[in-house]
Amino acid sequence: MNLGGLAPHLVAVPILLPLVAGAAMLLLHERQRRAKGVISLLTVTLSVAAALRLLLVVDDPLTPAIVVYRLGDWGAPFGIVLVADRLAVLMVLVTNALGAAGMIYALARWATLGPRFHTLYLLILMGLSGAFLTGDLFNLYVFFEVLLAASYGLLLHGSGKRRVKAGLHYVAVNLAASMAFLVGVSLVYAMTGTLNMADLAVKAAQLGPDELVFLKAGLSVLGVAFLVKSGAWPLSFWLPTTYSAAAAPVAAIFAVMTKVGVYVVLRLGTLMWPEGHALELYGSSWLIAVGLATIVYGSFGVLASTELPRAAGYLTLISSGTLLTVIASGDASVIGGALYYLVGSTLGIGVLFLLCELVSRRNVAPPTGAVEPVFSDDYETALHSEFEGVELGVTLPLATTLLAAAFFLVALQLVGFPPLSGFVAKFAMLKAVLDSGADGYANGPAALAWWVVGTVVASGFAVLVALMRKGVKQFWAEPDTTPTAVRPFEALPVAFLLVILMAITVFAQPVMRYMGATGAGLESPMQYLHSVLPPGGGE
Amino acid sequence: MEVVVAVGIGVFTAAGVYLLLRPRTFQVIIGLSLLTYAVNLFILSMGRLVVGGAPVLGAGSEGATLADPVPQSLVLTSIVISFSMTALFLVVLLASRGLTGTDHVDGDGEPA
Repeated sequence: MNLGGLAPHLVAVPILLPLVAGAAMLLLHERQRRAKGVISLLTVTLSVAAALRLLLVVDDPLTPAIVVYRLGDWGAPFGIVLVADRLAVLMVLVTNALGAAGMIYALARWATLGPRFHTLYLLILMGLSGAFLTGDLFNLYVFFEVLLAASYGLLLHGSGKRRVKAGLHYVAVNLAASMAFLVGVSLVYAMTGTLNMADLAVKAAQLGPDELVFLKAGLSVLGVAFLVKSGAWPLSFWLPTTYSAAAAPVAAIFAVMTKVGVYVVLRLGTLMWPEGHALELYGSSWLIAVGLATIVYGSFGVLASTELPRAAGYLTLISSGTLLTVIASGDASVIGGALYYLVGSTLGIGVLFLLCELVSRRNVAPPTGAVEPVFSDDYETALHSEFEGVELGVTLPLATTLLAAAFFLVALQLVGFPPLSGFVAKFAMLKAVLDSGADGYANGPAALAWWVVGTVVASGFAVLVALMRKGVKQFWAEPDTTPTAVRPFEALPVAFLLVILMAITVFAQPVMRYMGATGAGLESPMQYLHSVLPPGGGE
Repeated sequence: MEVVVAVGIGVFTAAGVYLLLRPRTFQVIIGLSLLTYAVNLFILSMGRLVVGGAPVLGAGSEGATLADPVPQSLVLTSIVISFSMTALFLVVLLASRGLTGTDHVDGDGEPA
């Protein structure tokens, strides 16, 4: 690792930059849209750049490193550390790439439909990046709350009866989940006396059987909180309603939010009990059962839903379920495939949420009337109807055809057909599952690997049928609709994400090598432990 | 004292969960507040219950009664966060009441 000058502070950039920019923008008046747009775009671009630079550091071909950033220069386990390893940097990059796309999309119209959109959007990016980077359990709670608080605001963005109703359920469910998080964290602290994740892994190995019971209870309560976030069945009934009610760019960034839950399960599960079975902690057979049930529930949901945003919500569930199922094996090569799937499916669902709105614009109902503002300064913006000004967009030539093509590509990605990365991801994942069969799923019955493969493939079929029906209905069955008005700012992020999806397919080999290295790093977390807690006791 | 705290947490939790599952938004918010109290007490008790001890830990402090300072700082954070989240929930509750005309959590049904 050769980071001179200010470069070591790169780790803090994806957290501090959105925070500062978001706070500064509160000082600007709502009417200064151009200034806000420029600041937001600059911020997300710099965050992406910082994440890319970090990626080069943690994946250095000669000396791959784990960058540990000590906040306030207090060493772990006393101070809070930010830890950038391959997994964290990957997640930060995905978050900020999707965040950049969503931000550009929102600039076209959504950012003007309510107050303080930019600040909330940057804060959710900050919360997500922080949750991925932090190496401290309680700090993770704080970042969770930051991203949740921002997500409450963003979900209600644009207002309307449907959003407020969904928001009410969403806030209640997540507040309850946060309570579970706190109970879990405090139980873990009571047993180990530490909140640093690496220190926790060390301390947990030294506990006696009596204390271990309580630690496991604490971690299980924590696990419930994470499973609520990741949308695992039966804790996920709020998710499709919420996600389909959110504004398009908001729903797109929500697609990453479910992955936070998956990420923490993966991180804690692999960090604790490094030797032996990786995810023993969460009882991998339980995790597999929950994951499979989530896939099945999501598959039925996607078949049953009549509107596209709702189907996209269920697709999020399928994605989470698949990830939970396969990471439960704890096998390095399986996790490598799963991470590749995570990137592809998150970006794919993000594009789908963006497309949903563009597509449904073709058969938009007449304006639903002005929305009553909640705050006094909403009057300037909220009185405009959500659909007002749709006609003002430039009608790009061939817009409908391009939309159909984009929809087709996303469908291929999510179903898992060649040539897009969905196919490569599922192939890599399922092949690894079968290869590791006996040993990866050792806690379950012998045929478990085949059950996993069967369910994932069957869910792909369900998605195929559902998306084909939606596509036919949207693009073929209603020939006399007016051409769609798409603004360049709305087409750009969709194209941007589709290009990324194609790029990770074309360059599948280097990407898969990175994912494989990430999986291997998770399977043997000694490097992580030594980076956070230097063997010599630190400086 | 342990029994009092344990019973207190239990009662708060039971009442909180019951109210959380009720159909009216006001009941839900009171339930969430009660759950918050229960959780905050729980966090505090996870640092072991000590009466009259200074919140310091360290070498040479054997024998002295000391309280663990970490849960106290954690509980401060959690109080602030839960409090602000409850306030935010209150706003959503009022918006929902205004938009749907009922205080039912599903937005339909008779007003109480």
